[in-house]
Amino acid sequence: MPTATAPAITYKIPRRRHPVLQFMVQQPLGAAGLAFIVLMAVCALFAPWVAPYDPLDVDYSSMLAAPSADHWLGTDSFGRDVLSRIIFGARTALAVGFLASFTGSTIGAVTGVVSAYFGGKIDLVIQRIMDVLLSFPIIVLAITVVAVLGKNIILGVDVNLVVAIGLPMIPKVARVVRSSALAIRELPYIDAARTAGYSDTRIIFRHMVPNVVAPYLIMITAFVAQAILAEASLSFLGLGVTEPTASWGLMLSGAAADFYQQAPWMIVFPGIAISLAVFAFNLFGDSLRDWLDPKIKL
Amino acid sequence: MRKALLLAGAVLLAVAGAAGAQTPRSGGLLKFAVGAEPPNYDCHANSSFAFIHPVRPHYNTLLKFDTTKYPAVKGDLAESWTVAKDGLTYTFRLRKGVKFHDGTTFTAEDIKATYERIRKPPQGVLSLREAAYVDISSIETPDPNTVVFKLSKPNASMLSNFASPWDCVYSAARLKKDPRFPERNIMGTGPFTFEEHVAGSHWRGRRFKDYFEKGKPYLEGFLAIFVAGAPMVNALAAGEVLAEFRGHSPADRDRIVKTLGDKAVVQESPWVCSLVVTFNTKKKPFDDARVRRALSVAIDRWGGAQALSKVALVRHVGGVLRPGYEFAANEKELMSYPGFSKDVNGSRAQAKKLLQETGVPNLTFTLTNRNVAMPYTPVGVFLIDQWRQIGVNVKHDQLETKLYLAAQQRDNPTFDAALDFNCDFMDEPNLQLLKYLSHDRSAINYAQQTDRTLDDLFDKQSGELDRKKRYAILRDFERRALDQAYTIPTIWWHRIIVTNRALKGWHITPSHYVGQDLTDVWLE
Repeated sequence: MPTATAPAITYKIPRRRHPVLQFMVQQPLGAAGLAFIVLMAVCALFAPWVAPYDPLDVDYSSMLAAPSADHWLGTDSFGRDVLSRIIFGARTALAVGFLASFTGSTIGAVTGVVSAYFGGKIDLVIQRIMDVLLSFPIIVLAITVVAVLGKNIILGVDVNLVVAIGLPMIPKVARVVRSSALAIRELPYIDAARTAGYSDTRIIFRHMVPNVVAPYLIMITAFVAQAILAEASLSFLGLGVTEPTASWGLMLSGAAADFYQQAPWMIVFPGIAISLAVFAFNLFGDSLRDWLDPKIKL
Repeated sequence: MRKALLLAGAVLLAVAGAAGAQTPRSGGLLKFAVGAEPPNYDCHANSSFAFIHPVRPHYNTLLKFDTTKYPAVKGDLAESWTVAKDGLTYTFRLRKGVKFHDGTTFTAEDIKATYERIRKPPQGVLSLREAAYVDISSIETPDPNTVVFKLSKPNASMLSNFASPWDCVYSAARLKKDPRFPERNIMGTGPFTFEEHVAGSHWRGRRFKDYFEKGKPYLEGFLAIFVAGAPMVNALAAGEVLAEFRGHSPADRDRIVKTLGDKAVVQESPWVCSLVVTFNTKKKPFDDARVRRALSVAIDRWGGAQALSKVALVRHVGGVLRPGYEFAANEKELMSYPGFSKDVNGSRAQAKKLLQETGVPNLTFTLTNRNVAMPYTPVGVFLIDQWRQIGVNVKHDQLETKLYLAAQQRDNPTFDAALDFNCDFMDEPNLQLLKYLSHDRSAINYAQQTDRTLDDLFDKQSGELDRKKRYAILRDFERRALDQAYTIPTIWWHRIIVTNRALKGWHITPSHYVGQDLTDVWLE
């Protein structure tokens, strides 16, 4: 008796690409931003080997020299190499940018989750404090904090500057994270955890915080750009890092303002560096949001 | 740039010629820029242009400098004066009919109370120029219009001291009630009454209708706007303000002249002003003269002056007195002092050796500086670079004027080294050397040292009326001061002022403290 054999069904399991590759294919602009950020980070990390000169080397025989083979981006009013100062300035920008953004976003995220989890009066009080902080423009709040705290350099980084820039980020992150956490709080597994007798701290940090990591990461990335701009603005206003430290904002102020007609390279190149860095972080942040958000994926 | 300077020079000559033929006009509000704000309102406790430019128009002094014939002095509240042949008695005949802004009448008692406050400040009152008047033994007021100063010994600079713009005359009645009254109040006999001070914005004065010089001041009022750096240069170039009376860098001068064209008037002068580095001698390792000397020797002043003069308002190499002044050291003498050799490499090797000897070859310290860009920032960067070349690592802390002054003036200061200014209203060893006098004798010596050898030399030169002998004593003082290096001179300034042609009656002098009462200023 002839028997019929059912045709073998073969399932083709889609090949999973590496997440980084997947991100690059799906978000080419974000990948370009990421590439620039990586390039900037490499330059910052290996600045002493990448930069053609020591950024602090004063050379009075080359004051205000135009871009040339010796100094690709020219020199400033002290004869210091502009390219080298931009490369070393990336260290200041990234250090302050990442630290401020990480600190502000982390405190904001925890505050947002705590506020959402407890609700009631605790939520009310925390949110009103956030309202007060939100009522100040970021730069005004940062100027106030820097003016009150002064400078406190630890391992080459002005900690008070990091606090000044990170503080205004807290309420923004807290608001966004709180809205995600409010939805998570109502999910059955949180009720289950409560019923099992877990402590509030355990529920918050083991079960809620990991579920708000996506918005948290997106906001960190977005705020790095804001922090770089804030650092440049504060340095420009004389409240950030001081001479002779290489800083993009500082390169735009002081003597650069005096000689911008005679030596435009003193302001053009640091300006381009700030713009590119902010643009790269914004591109990467936006793309990361699109990539991580399942609704946008659908 | 050469074109711009020629143009400015032509404008200067043309305007000078025209001004001679012009009659002053009354009225108008003078708007001028001031690069920083006064920390308080007390003339006797201040030392910055940020104070004198907005505050001086509210006060008179006993004498004042004639800005057209500097350094000649003329009467302000004094109508006439005589000096005894032995140089021990100064008698001033005072003007009659002078009123304070509150309507009370000015008398000799006000002069006495003012100078008593300066030379013997009551507890809680800061008098920065106490040491300049130490030779006054008594002040007498035989009648309401006469004041007599008796000196314990002759003092070569006493008459010029009475023209000090810092010696604002206060009301004796107000001081009796509260010796600290001037710290928070403006009340003088000056050509302008105080109208308002809006912190961070401006200072406004209005013409004093009962001013003793009839027809003066010409201006209806003045508005001092607190603005610095590029915005100040832009305001001047746009005609929003007519002047900034402290000084501009060569780059700023060229920018303003280029924009203002024939409306610009440029005036230049040597400047009785230098930046000095003060070491906190109460702190290790700055209590060791070899460390201080090493840091002084490491500075290439000659090369620095040449380079920085292109981008900053510093230009001249000098010791403790302004180069070019009759009592200042000549170049040959200067080069024999530590820190003034033209052999840069030899000097640096010597500096490294000194640091090795003292056990601090990799010295690290903080340089406290002022956040006024010109010339504090370029000179600060220059010094840090010079010290870096002998292996010394310096952190730069630039503070707002009030904090910067407080860091040096507070009891038991904690700064390591500070970039201080030594600016005076005239060339006079008795003034410029106060920075180097022992701390218990000079409130403006922030190095905190006690050096009786320097004190004795100071007293000797001060009482020496023979110029040659005084010159020789000054060289001894200078050598000792630079050898011990408690406070070391860096580079002397060069004053450049650009005003709008509409501003008349103002003349440049080697001091940015002098000629700022605005009595003779008028607007075209």
